[in-house]
Amino acid sequence: MTQMISIENVGKTFTLHTQGSATIPVFDNVTLAVEPGECVVLDGPSGIGKSSLLRMIYANYRCLDGRISVRHDGSPIDIAEASPRTVLDIRRRTMGYVSQFLRVIPRVSTLSIVGEPLRSLGVDKAEADAKAMTLLARLGIPEPLWQLSPVTFSGGEKQRVNIARGFIAGYPVMLLDEPTASLDAANTATVIELIQEAKAQGTAILGIFHDTAVRNAVATRRFDMRDCHVAA
Amino acid sequence: MALDEPLLVADDVGKRYGTQVGCEQVSFELWPGEVLAIVGESGSGKTTLLNCLSAQLEPSAGTIRYRTRHEGLRDIFAMSEAERRLLMRTDWGFVHQNPSDGLRMAVSAGANIGERLMAVGARHYGDIRETALDWMGRVEIDQGRVDHRPETFSGGMRQRLQIARNLVTGPRLVFMDEPTGGLDVSVQARLLDLIGGLVGDLGLSAVVVTHDLAVARLLSHRMMVMRRGRVVETGLTDQVLDDPQHEYSQLLVASILQS
Amino acid sequence: MSDGTYNFAYLDEQTKRMIRRSILKAVAIPGYQVPFASREMPMPYGWGTGGVQVTAGIIGPDDVLKVIDQGADDTTNAISIRKFFVRTTGVKTTEQTDEASIVQTRHRIPETALSDKQILVYQVPIPEPLRFLEPRETETRKMHALSEYGLMHVKLYEDIATHGHIATTYDYPVKVNGRYVTDPSPTPKFDNPKMDRMPALQLFGAGREKRIYAIPPYTEVKSLDFDDHPFEIQTWDAACALCNARDSFLDEVIIDDRGGRMFVCSDTDFCTARQAEGHVGPMAGTLPGSASEEVADGVG
Repeated sequence: MTQMISIENVGKTFTLHTQGSATIPVFDNVTLAVEPGECVVLDGPSGIGKSSLLRMIYANYRCLDGRISVRHDGSPIDIAEASPRTVLDIRRRTMGYVSQFLRVIPRVSTLSIVGEPLRSLGVDKAEADAKAMTLLARLGIPEPLWQLSPVTFSGGEKQRVNIARGFIAGYPVMLLDEPTASLDAANTATVIELIQEAKAQGTAILGIFHDTAVRNAVATRRFDMRDCHVAA
Repeated sequence: MALDEPLLVADDVGKRYGTQVGCEQVSFELWPGEVLAIVGESGSGKTTLLNCLSAQLEPSAGTIRYRTRHEGLRDIFAMSEAERRLLMRTDWGFVHQNPSDGLRMAVSAGANIGERLMAVGARHYGDIRETALDWMGRVEIDQGRVDHRPETFSGGMRQRLQIARNLVTGPRLVFMDEPTGGLDVSVQARLLDLIGGLVGDLGLSAVVVTHDLAVARLLSHRMMVMRRGRVVETGLTDQVLDDPQHEYSQLLVASILQS
Repeated sequence: MSDGTYNFAYLDEQTKRMIRRSILKAVAIPGYQVPFASREMPMPYGWGTGGVQVTAGIIGPDDVLKVIDQGADDTTNAISIRKFFVRTTGVKTTEQTDEASIVQTRHRIPETALSDKQILVYQVPIPEPLRFLEPRETETRKMHALSEYGLMHVKLYEDIATHGHIATTYDYPVKVNGRYVTDPSPTPKFDNPKMDRMPALQLFGAGREKRIYAIPPYTEVKSLDFDDHPFEIQTWDAACALCNARDSFLDEVIIDDRGGRMFVCSDTDFCTARQAEGHVGPMAGTLPGSASEEVADGVG
């Protein structure tokens, strides 16, 4: 077995203690595995829990029901059981996550934000910067903006910065949450290229794409979340 | 290898004031390069805990061990006072909420930064001054003000000076008590960014007490939520903030004004 | 000779024993401030109550006492303390440094070198050298206990940063026997080198602050400094106007309202002795009421 992501009987329920302990079941019994070089696309209408599942794999949301493991340094690690320190190490070296939103740190340049994942792997600044420049150029971010903080960038520009940051380190596992949501055709095509290149390098990708054309272009396989829906 | 050992280990730490509980049953490990945020409202015990961890207050229960440079993990309250104080002014830093608690307001910025160096035996004025100037630059204070007293500095500058004063000896662990409390929002952002950058560049470990979840999100890797002296939830910072499990954590997160 | 209504040296014997015990402890731990039960004395704080109690604790009928204030034997404070001991002990007094067995001083060390047969008693206003940087006594005691003296250099750093050189000219901190940082009392730093390995026993009394400390004979006393700003003593362009000395501590004296001034030895005994030996300064004999006139009278 070389599964990079393994999801077994995973469910998610939110309990809102501040609102009379209301429980909101989202999904149940998700079982899914992603192999290297695969791009599995999650299908289903909004609200069905696709983003929540990605966040659970990234350990941004807790997994209290079922088991999620990610292959790290050659062996599967149970994300729910792993110490915060291990999870941080997985995020640093194994698993990338590209969401629609860039959490911007004021005063840090775009180049530095994009190069940061590489630098944290011990790559020197010059090399990280060079790779960041290549990616920013491919994604159509004008060079004069590279030294600026993305605080004032448009939504589309921020998203492309986020994509560049997500793809720079060449993680073996990638989670993509609508990476092309507000991009024009040319940039969307670039993102498709990046995904195809990653697949070719053996990256295991799990993603959400609402755009049918993108979905058809990148998906190796589709997984329908509707089968796991739990009525509230 | 040294990186495979925690830097600070708290084991069942508790502090009582008579029958009143300051904090109790707190256990965690802090690893090199990690920033841990302790959050909770006033009176939740977070400052009591910080004071225990930083050896300023002896806990009434449990042990706190620190990995010293030469002798491995040692119980900080079993050390001699001389060793403990040496640790506090060389390998540790403490950034107070109110900079005047951590600075000598009546001596110049340069002397404030230089004090720790002189305390460990630096006796060359020119070198001490050079180092002070370098640190003023790193914390973005105009180097022309090296001979001015912090009394003449703004709140944000004072706080940055306090940080420089602490970092000049190359500590491995820094404690911060509400480091951005009492500052304007714009000044806060700059300071947080500066602290974040320094912590990352220097590979520092830090324990940051704050009631401001935005500060915790920006600075910390991990978080402990405290209430009534106990830790009610702990985990990765983004996990605790984005998917809080405990009733009280949910209340805290829900109380943030959305912008 | 002594006034029989007082106990010898004013203090009762139990008090003197207590003071002697503190002195012994102080001698045993050079530079360490020993607390003692300072008594009310028949003079106000700031007038040498600490030094007077130390002197009263050690003085015997055979001692010869010299008292100086700012180097002079003839100033109010020196005269009143001398008279106090004459009245309460009947001991012989002197103005000549080499004749005295006990020299009580405020703010100077005599220019004439002291011998191991002599004791120098200092009047100390504030015994704690760290006081102005760290006001908490609990903290300064801990700093002494643990030899945490970085703060003392902070003060010297400030001096250089402000003035370009170490501008502290009196109360200049010293390290005694490589251990305790000690306040030499407000003597000019000119006198600091005299403290180093001095043959005489040095005792310090602070009455208001209730502390006694000591520097035993031949003990190392090092003035604190920086490698690139070494300790230096004051120098003067002028020589003493009366005795022409170039190696003594000079006081500046304004002599008219047109900017006229002169520099004279602060140590009156030293100056007088030099003049008696025939040393003549540029203004000797020109001033009415000066020491030179008395000497001139004596010679004439």
